[in-house]
Amino acid sequence: MPASLRELRQRRKSVQTTKKITRAMELIAASRIVKAQQAAAAAAPYSRELFRAVSAVATFSDVDHPLTNDVESPQRSAVLLITSDRGLAGAYSSSVIKAGEQLTARLHHEQGQEVLPYLAGRKAIGYYGFRKRQVAQQWDGFSDSPTYTQAREIADALIEAFLTPTEEGGVDEIHIVFTRFVSMMTQTPTVVRLLPLEVVEGTEPPAPGELLPEYEFEPDPETVLDRLLPLYVANRVHFALLQSAASELASRQRAMKSATDNAQTLIETLTRQENQARQAEITQEISEIVGGASALADSAPQA
Amino acid sequence: MAEPYQVEVVAADRRVWEGRAVNVIVRTTEGDIGILPGHEPLLAALVPCAAEIVTAEGGREVIALDGGFVSVTPERVSLLAQYASLATEVKPDQAQRELDKLQVLMDSGDATDEEQHRYHLAVAQLAVLRRQGNEPH
Repeated sequence: MPASLRELRQRRKSVQTTKKITRAMELIAASRIVKAQQAAAAAAPYSRELFRAVSAVATFSDVDHPLTNDVESPQRSAVLLITSDRGLAGAYSSSVIKAGEQLTARLHHEQGQEVLPYLAGRKAIGYYGFRKRQVAQQWDGFSDSPTYTQAREIADALIEAFLTPTEEGGVDEIHIVFTRFVSMMTQTPTVVRLLPLEVVEGTEPPAPGELLPEYEFEPDPETVLDRLLPLYVANRVHFALLQSAASELASRQRAMKSATDNAQTLIETLTRQENQARQAEITQEISEIVGGASALADSAPQA
Repeated sequence: MAEPYQVEVVAADRRVWEGRAVNVIVRTTEGDIGILPGHEPLLAALVPCAAEIVTAEGGREVIALDGGFVSVTPERVSLLAQYASLATEVKPDQAQRELDKLQVLMDSGDATDEEQHRYHLAVAQLAVLRRQGNEPH
């Protein structure tokens, strides 16, 4: 026996309300992605100039700075997870957390390092809180529209931890897990090592015959580098936050789109069942009337 | 007179100004420097200051920088700072209030890094306004 007409109608109404909500969330996410992408594009010139400056110093002076020094056998690592503050974004936060867990396992088991988690976004904080794990530091409240100020705050905390000697609880390596925004359809969780910096790696070799400008440094290369590198670290964090924000919104939009589609299918199925139940009720009523009438007709002549 | 060169002023989250110029005056850790066309390649650390740009058309742009760097190559000059604002974006009363508020923190010696940056930016913004000749009342 299928559910009653009234029950079916109630269920359809409730799915319709859900659909309205998911549809609204989809539209909001879609409009915010544009803003997030614009923010990422606006930050690009700064990244480019900063990178050029760092490469210039790295090329013309011996890079020997605390922030670039590789430790031979790292004892302790920090892992910064960048997740969202709110859910309903499909697998966005959980894939970052999963990538973070894998990285932690690798650092812990293969290299025997102690891992200190730094968390950004309520989802990661909730995940660690529920498991009652120790957290080094956490930030939340800006996952879908991060500003440079927040990036700077995170970067300062990480740099401080990095510059603290290992014996006093400092870390030897810092990794970031964030989500790279490839396209509207593809966002991939990415792990990068933030510190120690690998500055030289990205430097483009000059084309043969081309002369690199012979820079004059003021006051001197060391001081310039000393002031550039923290900015570079903050810029990397800012970049990761912006990419993650765009990815979060894209994931949410996609998740909400499929939720809306599912709700639509459900509504159609329920409407059909409802029609069927109504028709069955009518048919039953007619056959009852016909049955009653014929029973009366059958009994009439005998009277 | 030599050819004007390309100038770009970028803050951490946006491009503040871009155009062609014939002279850029900024204050480095060593003192004021004016960059004319054909300047030798230079990479210098800046102190919070009001950068002055004389555009190719002869106009004048004043921009508040909270520190940062100036990078000069044969093709272009770029000023990069974490925070920067155009003279037209600066509101005199607001900058003064901000400065007064942060001054107290700076004097007491427990200003955070962020507050120090805001303080430097406010100082630079007021310097911009003085250059423009309309001091806050």
